[in-house]
Amino acid sequence: MSGFTKWRRSEEASGWLLVSPTLVYSILMLAAPLAMVVALSFWTQDYLQLDKTFTLKNYIEAWSEPIYQTLMGRSLKISAFVTALTILLAFPVAYYVSFYVPQKRKPLWIFLITIPFWTSYLMRIFLWKVILGYNGVVNGSLLGLGLIEQPLSFILYNQNAVVVTLAHAWVPFAILPIFVALEKIDRSLLEAAEDLGDGPLRRFIRVTLPLAMPGVVAATVIVFIPTIGDYVTPRLVGGPNGLMISNMIELQFKKANNAPLGAALALSAMFLVSVISLIFVWLNRKYLVGQK
Amino acid sequence: MTDPIIRLSGIDKFYGDFQALYDVNAEIRTGEFFSLLGPSGCGKTTLLRTIAGFEDVSAGRVEIAGQSMENVPANRRPTNMVFQSYAIFPHMTVAENVAYGLKARKMPKDQIATEVATALKQVGLEGYGERASHAMSGGQRQRVALARALVLKPKVLLLDEPLSALDKKMREQMQSELRHLQRAVGITFILVTHDQEEALTMSDRIAVMFEGRIGQLASPQELYRRPVNRKVAEFIGVMNFLDVSVRAGTAGTFDCEIAGLGKAVVPAEQAPGGVDASVTAGVRPEMLTILSGENARSEREASGVVEDVYYYGDMTYYDVKLDGVDHPVTISMRNTAGRAVLSRQDRARVGWGAESVLLLK
Amino acid sequence: MKSGKWFKLYIAVFLVFLYAPALLLPVFAFNDSSIVSFPLKGFTLNWFNVLWETEALHEATKNSLLIAVSTAIISTSLGILAARASSRYKFRGQKAVMGFIMIPLVLPEIIVGVSLLVVIVQMGFDLSLWTIVLGHVLICTPFCVAILSSAFLNLDQSLEEASFDLGQTKLATFWLVTMPLVLPGVVSSMLISFTISLDEFIIAFFLAGTEPTLPVYIWGQLRFPQKLPSLMALGTILLILSLTLLATAEYFRRRSARKTGIEDAGGFL
Repeated sequence: MSGFTKWRRSEEASGWLLVSPTLVYSILMLAAPLAMVVALSFWTQDYLQLDKTFTLKNYIEAWSEPIYQTLMGRSLKISAFVTALTILLAFPVAYYVSFYVPQKRKPLWIFLITIPFWTSYLMRIFLWKVILGYNGVVNGSLLGLGLIEQPLSFILYNQNAVVVTLAHAWVPFAILPIFVALEKIDRSLLEAAEDLGDGPLRRFIRVTLPLAMPGVVAATVIVFIPTIGDYVTPRLVGGPNGLMISNMIELQFKKANNAPLGAALALSAMFLVSVISLIFVWLNRKYLVGQK
Repeated sequence: MTDPIIRLSGIDKFYGDFQALYDVNAEIRTGEFFSLLGPSGCGKTTLLRTIAGFEDVSAGRVEIAGQSMENVPANRRPTNMVFQSYAIFPHMTVAENVAYGLKARKMPKDQIATEVATALKQVGLEGYGERASHAMSGGQRQRVALARALVLKPKVLLLDEPLSALDKKMREQMQSELRHLQRAVGITFILVTHDQEEALTMSDRIAVMFEGRIGQLASPQELYRRPVNRKVAEFIGVMNFLDVSVRAGTAGTFDCEIAGLGKAVVPAEQAPGGVDASVTAGVRPEMLTILSGENARSEREASGVVEDVYYYGDMTYYDVKLDGVDHPVTISMRNTAGRAVLSRQDRARVGWGAESVLLLK
Repeated sequence: MKSGKWFKLYIAVFLVFLYAPALLLPVFAFNDSSIVSFPLKGFTLNWFNVLWETEALHEATKNSLLIAVSTAIISTSLGILAARASSRYKFRGQKAVMGFIMIPLVLPEIIVGVSLLVVIVQMGFDLSLWTIVLGHVLICTPFCVAILSSAFLNLDQSLEEASFDLGQTKLATFWLVTMPLVLPGVVSSMLISFTISLDEFIIAFFLAGTEPTLPVYIWGQLRFPQKLPSLMALGTILLILSLTLLATAEYFRRRSARKTGIEDAGGFL
């Protein structure tokens, strides 16, 4: 048998052969387009004419213009708030399902938690507008209960509304990894902690939380990175001061016809969220080692 | 003696840089119950899978019934396998499982039905044909797996740790059933196991494997009584090892001075690996005797202190520290009527015979 | 236990928060008022009739169904190949390759949309329904790989070996043993990717040509207040459809787990 025939029949070859269509697809539709976007960000566009000379002009503009700085800073801030709120909302729920719900009913609970995610994406955001609006559900209820005399106006068309709406959209994605991490905790570890003298709170802080951290870190990354790319939520519930960098990216690619600047903005945003995520993961590295 | 049903010659198996099998040579006789015995990771399952055709050999050849198996895939080999997990198809009934291979051979339907019924009867599952296979217990699945393989009348039946998933009682019952079944159908069985007791009680012959090599291939008796080296001796049963100094004696014998026991003349056949500086003396626990007051002073007698006593009802095991040896030896005694059981710290007289001593490397 | 009570209260409040939009959807869909706000006016089926009479909506629905079905088939096929490769074979670079295929799970969708838009425009192709399929397949494939990997991993490898050992060919083994046992996973993968594609807006908005998908159509209508109640009716229908599909997917996934004799462990993701 020649070396090649032998290789062709090997497990190595079978694996590569099987995975190759999917891999090629990802390369063609993800890696190549991303490379193209990188190239584009170093070019310039004048109406429909593309000038392919290398320039840093787009990046300089993206990083120095006050409007982009403001949008970028606000987007990062909103994403960070959304992530924090999501994790805070999700953790007790994941904990409840993992520790209080009987084993047999856990899949049902997880299913229940993912259901709202499948409400039409646009409708869901729009309905938050109805809930938070001047004549909305929240104001209506508060007025009805006599808790307020005037409808609250600070709950819609601003950054708070964006944070609440996005947190609602992402909370199932945060619950799942935290739930999985909690499920993996060997219950005898908790009994051991108790046996060794820890009360419920100390046991939680010293054993449960550290062991759940891989789930929390995963949830953070899963929520933080994609959140920066949402332009629908800020548009619908954000008002003029709630717009995010993605609205600008969309504008540059569509109406403003300045794709190179849009590309530079998109890549800068990606770069920033990736760096922040990596730092976050790095800070939590001690919780991630020794885990399968 | 009939021709061997399987001949393995010079088999090497590599997984990347890791070598799983080193130059394995063996002949398995037609109709025998053969076991591959060894600790986990010794290559016994790999060897079984090269016979079945699930693994290619890197070098050497596998012959079954005189035919080279090179380029013969598993589905065209005259072997069938009982998997460790049984691999019962969960989406089929018991009968469909047993009929699976017959259908592949395009046997007529009514004939399949007869064969399946016969096979199920053979393994004691008469009337279970229409049961859903995932509803069967561990022992029943095992029987389905046996029936499914035997119904094809293979030249060789391969069993990969078939009893490891069963509890102790079930395992013992299946051991004797397997033995009976093998005699009844007259097919060559090759059993992979890490349980030396299982291998000893069931097999006609056993190949003991370590780190990809066959350490010894012999009958159970020979393996126990004449292990070829220290490793085999340690793996099969219990063996006491004592330091020994050896000088060549007359007529091919060795004059030995065994630590704690004393002088002995050992014939050459009790030193299977030859003799050099690394050799130690091995003595089985039942070859040492605790002498009591009524026994006259024996020619070969040593003494020591009882360190621990393990009482098993029919047997008592003693850990005895022989004078001049720093680790204890194990001695087993049958508890016959009237024989006193010693206690810890008692002095013990230990009798032994030269014919029970092995010189092992 | 007292802390348990507070815990339950929190969970109840959380569920209200989680379900608020989904519960309001049908409320406004049947509300006899052209303004989507409280107080409610009365019961009507009028908004569903409006949907029935809107031609543009039917077109958009047809487009979306075409895209969703294509996406489901393609991404599930790609998912089967990758899941099979990752669960059955070991090869160098496997982790890197699989990680790369899963990247779209954490990539902001706007990046996927933008980069595909750039390539398609640069290559001089026209935007069409098929360009949307390209993007949707990319983001759905990781979900399919995840679902199918667990289906393939739950499948005891010795079942396939047993079939081969009993004399079947590799191809017959695939159809007689592998497929029946992973089929529930395949169905579940198709339903999930169908559902994701049907609802996806961000990528579709970038890659849609002249023919809108359902979400793109909805986006266009959100600007017109008088269209909102009928959109609520549409949303209700979509929600019911999604839930039916998901329940079916979950049913098949569990059946798969049961068939292969594995204790059920949890949700899709």
